[in-house]
Amino acid sequence: MMPDLGKYAQPVLWSYAASIAVLVVIVAASLIEGRRVRAEMRRAEEDRDV
Amino acid sequence: MSKPSSLWEYANPVRFLAVSERILPALWVLSLACLGIGLAWGFFFTPDDFRQGSTVKIIYLHVPSALMAINAWFMMLVASLIWLVRRHHVSALAAKAAAPVGVAMTLIALVTGALWGQPMWGTWWVWDPRLTSFLILFLFYLGYIALWAAIEDPDTAADLTSVLCIVGSVFAVLSRYAVLFWNQGLHQGASLSLDKEENVADVFYIPLLVCIAGFVLLFLALVLYRTGTEIRRRRARALRARSALA
Repeated sequence: MMPDLGKYAQPVLWSYAASIAVLVVIVAASLIEGRRVRAEMRRAEEDRDV
Repeated sequence: MSKPSSLWEYANPVRFLAVSERILPALWVLSLACLGIGLAWGFFFTPDDFRQGSTVKIIYLHVPSALMAINAWFMMLVASLIWLVRRHHVSALAAKAAAPVGVAMTLIALVTGALWGQPMWGTWWVWDPRLTSFLILFLFYLGYIALWAAIEDPDTAADLTSVLCIVGSVFAVLSRYAVLFWNQGLHQGASLSLDKEENVADVFYIPLLVCIAGFVLLFLALVLYRTGTEIRRRRARALRARSALA
């Protein structure tokens, strides 16, 4: 299944690993921050309604 | 919710959140599907190039990310101009939300470019016009994010970052057209062209288009989601400020 990348295996594999890592970090950071801010807004609304 | 009669109605934060919540699930799924299919197709099922060998597989990451690094800045420019002219908070927050995504795209383009350049040119980096303008664009992204973080008043921050965005657009243009402006340097011309002679071969072209679609959709999903986060953060801050005054 794994293609034969020959003598360029390292740069190709590193490119894929680094790029996927950056994409995962930006997506995960956005989702975590989004959930945190949602909870913060909910708390602020609850405090206002008290 | 009634159908908006004008595009500007999306500048209403409540309407923006309602619409983005509706379309975000489809955008996430489509972007991940396009990225998964495009990258798997490019990596596993395309042949090596007769000159570049298997390094041609880096094209599926390098070209879409470089494209989005430049286009993200242009999206921020349009949003900043809308803020400066019409004072819609959603547009300023959309520009702010897009910047970290632009940084990620620029970083991928720079890293994959260096990894591709080393075996092909014999060097990780060269002060070539396109590479240099791309590095400056990356620094502009960092400066833009730092400026937002450094100024407490959000309207003042939006004003100053909008001006920075306009100035940085020069380097976004240079990043795209540096190869044409200066006929020197190692970087090749565009990989995608309407001229069939200049375009990459068909066997690489279709998976590349799928990857580009994946990067564009992921950018849209991230910017919509992050803009929603910025709107909620602003609302929470306003509620806290109101409770403190009461």
